Amino acid sequence: MSRFFSRLSFGKYAIWIYSILAFLFLLIPIVYTIVYSFNDSRRSNIVWRGFTFDNWTQVCQAQGVCQSFLNSILVGLTATLLATILGTMIAIALVRFRFRFRNSVTLLLFLPMATPEVVLGAGLAAEFLTAGVAKGALTVIIAHTMFCISFVVVTVRARVAGLNPALEEAGRDLYASPAQVFLRITLPLLMPGIIAAALLSFALSFDDFIITNFNSGAFVTFPKFLYTAAARGIPAEANVIASAVFFIAIIFVVVSQLTAAARRKRLARE
Amino acid sequence: MAFGAFTATAAPVDAAPRKRSLVALFLLLPGILYLALFFLAPLVSLILTSLQTPDPLAFGEPGAYDYAFKWENYATVIGTYGEHILRSFFYALLATIFALLFSYPLAYFIGVTLRRFPLVQALGLTLVIAPFFISFLLRTLAWKQILSDEGVVVTALKGLSLMGPEAHITGEPVAVIFGLTYNFIPFMTLPIYTSLQNLDLRYVEASGDLYASPARTFFSVVLPLSAPGVISGALLTFIPAAGDYVNASSSFLGGRDTQMIGNVIESNFLVTQNYPAAAALSIVLMAAILILVSIYVRKSGTDDLL
Repeated sequence: MSRFFSRLSFGKYAIWIYSILAFLFLLIPIVYTIVYSFNDSRRSNIVWRGFTFDNWTQVCQAQGVCQSFLNSILVGLTATLLATILGTMIAIALVRFRFRFRNSVTLLLFLPMATPEVVLGAGLAAEFLTAGVAKGALTVIIAHTMFCISFVVVTVRARVAGLNPALEEAGRDLYASPAQVFLRITLPLLMPGIIAAALLSFALSFDDFIITNFNSGAFVTFPKFLYTAAARGIPAEANVIASAVFFIAIIFVVVSQLTAAARRKRLARE
Repeated sequence: MAFGAFTATAAPVDAAPRKRSLVALFLLLPGILYLALFFLAPLVSLILTSLQTPDPLAFGEPGAYDYAFKWENYATVIGTYGEHILRSFFYALLATIFALLFSYPLAYFIGVTLRRFPLVQALGLTLVIAPFFISFLLRTLAWKQILSDEGVVVTALKGLSLMGPEAHITGEPVAVIFGLTYNFIPFMTLPIYTSLQNLDLRYVEASGDLYASPARTFFSVVLPLSAPGVISGALLTFIPAAGDYVNASSSFLGGRDTQMIGNVIESNFLVTQNYPAAAALSIVLMAAILILVSIYVRKSGTDDLL
């Protein structure tokens, strides 16, 4: 019996030890990138040459880094806005209405997620080539919006399905117009799902390289800057931008999780 | 996760009111038209491009092609790049297996062991998705530096005589498979976590009460109940890994002999402007993935994935 218990507790410890090591493993390249953002590098940021804040205080000194970052933000915001609107509309239609071809619509939404990015990128590039559309910021925004829509639908759809129809019915019973019901009841209730979808879209767009590479022409996003620079050495300033983005995203996630936990606690008390 | 979401929300849809109206059309049309124009039309465009023949009047100028029905293009690319196609699927398969082996215990830890501590559980999930918040290219480059000949890993292994003095890690298949595994781990961990998070632990207790060994409980109870997560995770890892060309690129973790189908599509399309070859390879890749995925889904018994 005691042997059984010792084995059980070893098993318990084993999964703790394994998981802590696994977490540390996942963090290795993140820590590396952050540490090397403080490297006093001259031309290539490969060898450690001493600690400095200069890369952080003069981020835009490395040629093209800041412009590519701003381009990525611009593309991310535009594509997110478009994809969130189009995707939310589809999500509402899929849950609330019955219509013919619904299976075809579901398949059409599923396929972009099951298609390798290189095929999506090459396909759009072939289409733009045939149509004679010049590659640039616009074609990148078109591409990003396309692959974000499906993810928005998946995210918002769960929220629409979980919505209690009685709340909207109550609004109608109290003589609210359809527009009022939508704007004052449906939309606010869907908001957490819509915000989650928008954040996911922005993250996907911001970090996309493969599709962008096929459709950007001379337009440089942050990942494309990194890919081009990789051959000759990434400047430490790029590490600074990536680290800053990382910290902002982590703070965002932690704050939202803490507020969600606080809300759960409050609801449990009531 | 994404794949599972399509099935997870199927039930409430059936309860939706049976009405059909202009509102539904208004809601669907813009998004559907957008996908028709920028997802379906590009696929058609790829098929047409893949059948093109060099423009005879352009005298071999790169990028000049005429529409034709040159089906030989497919035989040519499969003959020329068959090795790259097989290598892509082999690397992607290994990366999927390694990611599964790495992720399952971790997902179990977050979803089951940490269930009693919601805040710690949230922290664990944050750590799993943390790699997403640092650029994909930079984390791959970080591994390149860490695994390079001057890096800690190679120096240590050579010091312990576990590696020959002339051996490398970067530029070799092992580095590419490692990079693919690392980069797609969150795609594997999250869906498995979602399945395990919903696992009713009373089944596990019941299995133990009926004198099943821990191993038997795992293989007959826990694993089957988390199968949807494993299937989603495997698809979400395998598909992007098979089409990836960043890890295998020689400025990242790969070398001359690790080129995957994505690298070939990229260089044919963007460098040598051999559009028909790039398009034919894309169609081959997509067709192969659709066939593999449908076989896999049928075998694993999740016909209702859509």
